[in-house]
Amino acid sequence: MTVGLFIPCYVNQFYPGAAIATLELLQKLGIKVVYPSRQTCCGQPMANSGFEHLTQGCDDLFIENFAEFEYVVSPSASCVLHIKDHLHSQKDHLAAESLRGKVYELIEFLTDVLKIEKLDASFPYKVGIHQSCHGLRGLHLAQMSELVAPGFSKPKQLLDMVQGLELVKLDRQDDCCGFGGVFCVAEEAVSVKMGKDRVSDHTKNGAEYITSADLSCLMHLEGILHRSKSKVKIIHIAEILNANL
Amino acid sequence: MRIDTTKEHSELAEDFIKDDEKASWHDGALWWIRQKRDIQANKTPQWEELRQAASDIKSNVISNLQQYLIQFEENLTKNGVKVYWADSAEEHNEIVYSILKAKEIDKMVKSKSMLTEELNLNEYLQERGIEVINSDLGEYIQQIDNEPPSHVVLPCIHKRKEEIAELFHTHLGTEKGMSDPTLLTRAARKHLRNVFHSRRANLTGVNFAVAETGEYVVCTNEGNADMGAHLAEVQIASMGLEKIIPEKKHLGIFLRLLARSATGQPITIYSSHHKKPRPGHEMHLILVDCGRSRLLGLKDFRDSLKCIKCGACMNTCPVYRKSGGLSYHNTITGPIGAILAPNLDMKRQADLPFASTLCGSCSNVCPVKIDIHVQLYKWRQEIVKSGYVSNSKSVSMKAMTLTLSSPALYKATGKTGRWLLKHAPFAVNNKFNPWYKQREMPYGPKESFGEWYEKNGKKDGKE
Repeated sequence: MTVGLFIPCYVNQFYPGAAIATLELLQKLGIKVVYPSRQTCCGQPMANSGFEHLTQGCDDLFIENFAEFEYVVSPSASCVLHIKDHLHSQKDHLAAESLRGKVYELIEFLTDVLKIEKLDASFPYKVGIHQSCHGLRGLHLAQMSELVAPGFSKPKQLLDMVQGLELVKLDRQDDCCGFGGVFCVAEEAVSVKMGKDRVSDHTKNGAEYITSADLSCLMHLEGILHRSKSKVKIIHIAEILNANL
Repeated sequence: MRIDTTKEHSELAEDFIKDDEKASWHDGALWWIRQKRDIQANKTPQWEELRQAASDIKSNVISNLQQYLIQFEENLTKNGVKVYWADSAEEHNEIVYSILKAKEIDKMVKSKSMLTEELNLNEYLQERGIEVINSDLGEYIQQIDNEPPSHVVLPCIHKRKEEIAELFHTHLGTEKGMSDPTLLTRAARKHLRNVFHSRRANLTGVNFAVAETGEYVVCTNEGNADMGAHLAEVQIASMGLEKIIPEKKHLGIFLRLLARSATGQPITIYSSHHKKPRPGHEMHLILVDCGRSRLLGLKDFRDSLKCIKCGACMNTCPVYRKSGGLSYHNTITGPIGAILAPNLDMKRQADLPFASTLCGSCSNVCPVKIDIHVQLYKWRQEIVKSGYVSNSKSVSMKAMTLTLSSPALYKATGKTGRWLLKHAPFAVNNKFNPWYKQREMPYGPKESFGEWYEKNGKKDGKE
């Protein structure tokens, strides 16, 4: 099985550690991973700002980079959801459709495709899971608190395999952090208020790390944590699953 | 106090959040209602099936609206109710005025009508010498404070009891500083009781209009709508075209969903059916379009007409909870307001679809399964295409797209000082760098993953 590794633009530039962990983790599990070096961005920042009509270039480039792979895997629920929902092509409709069906966020790839049951990882810390909205309500990585349906959580399923890790229970299991792409600057006051409230839910419940399938949420929460000089850290879930501490 | 109508959502929200403690309290109050809703939903067998049924019935209604409206009108007429059609706010308000004028009535009591707030009926009638009093407690509080409602079901949820005490002290003469909710309610009740006894006309909204029987149902907790209707000789109901349900039996679905979604009650205290006038009394019903038929013609947005105005999307919306309903500068606030408003005035309301993180919680709690967050995304595209977006944003978006569509350009700019740090969405309006105001910037690592991969990734021959 050859997997095309899709590393979103901001992860590539700001959080290479999460990308390296994703690569190493997949390799440890015996997967052949290829990183197409000409990739940039999925186009979501423009589309969510109302400029979807400008994203054809990003879409074409994405197809050019990833059409050949059996699976495409990415450590970002939000970008994966964007591809699944909005990848289109004027030139090659079938390639776009096929890609929309074979792009996976890392967690769901591990639980649904590889169906892993154990991991050689240890992370002896108290961790709070931040459910990113696109991962939760878009990709259904866990049950949504609004719906009347049996509970499940794919990130928890994986984190339970990590030695020494203790999950903290939050007061609000899936409230949005307020990142929201361009929202985080266009609605700065609301965005920060939402972020501070999420941070405080994690800290008051004893989390030493906040983890998530989305670094965009974590980047926002990290900005708030750093400003308040908090000792609590953010970490992408791939880095925990790849950790041997 | 009136909100500043020239400000955008983000500015009004910032004003609201300045009182951080109050914003947290507001967030908590609405979250508590969301939790009450969850408890009721989980206690109701087949909750998700009920939502689907309600959504399907409403799909049928909006697809066959003309037929149901005609049937409803016929049955109303048979029942002795006078029916009017109003295309605009002006037409609606003129009709109400003419009904009152014919009976020489100069005082009217009103209850449960967000529609007449949308149509500015109170102001219209006041300019013509007719006094209107909103009788529901929350609406009454908003009226004496000269503020619009901030929430469809909880019109003054943004006010703390101390603020209400102050208002009542000024308007009803209660003791200064007395903020006991029970005593405040009693004071309002005593005042409103006198209002009811002296009013000859009463206007209410409509929750559900049954085409099959020509009756309409008004759901309340306080019973004011009933008291008004029972005491007044002239009873007027105003409803948006979309309030129709085909058959009476469908109420079994909608009444179970409405109060549970709205306030986490199993059912509203009163679900009153109004069908025909008593001898010597008059009943009038006004069917209001006011942009609704235009919405019906918009494929991507027509489902918003399914809304039963429960307010669940407001209670769950993190943006609403933190920013307060008045920051939406529209009669219907919150996520549903943000998808209804652009149809009414796209230029003025262009900011509202952007007042969301697209988290999707609204669509999940919606009892009629409106895809609210999808419509928010789609309105953004329409608004940008219509040109209601600032020039600087257009330019930066184009620059960003150009760079992100070109691997070479992206790599070059990435190396020179982490290009994204300056141009990414979280820093795109870089003039005052709103990211940095209350957040540290991400620390730029010394190399990107792409650069690391060039050196290390290929070494192990696993590519």
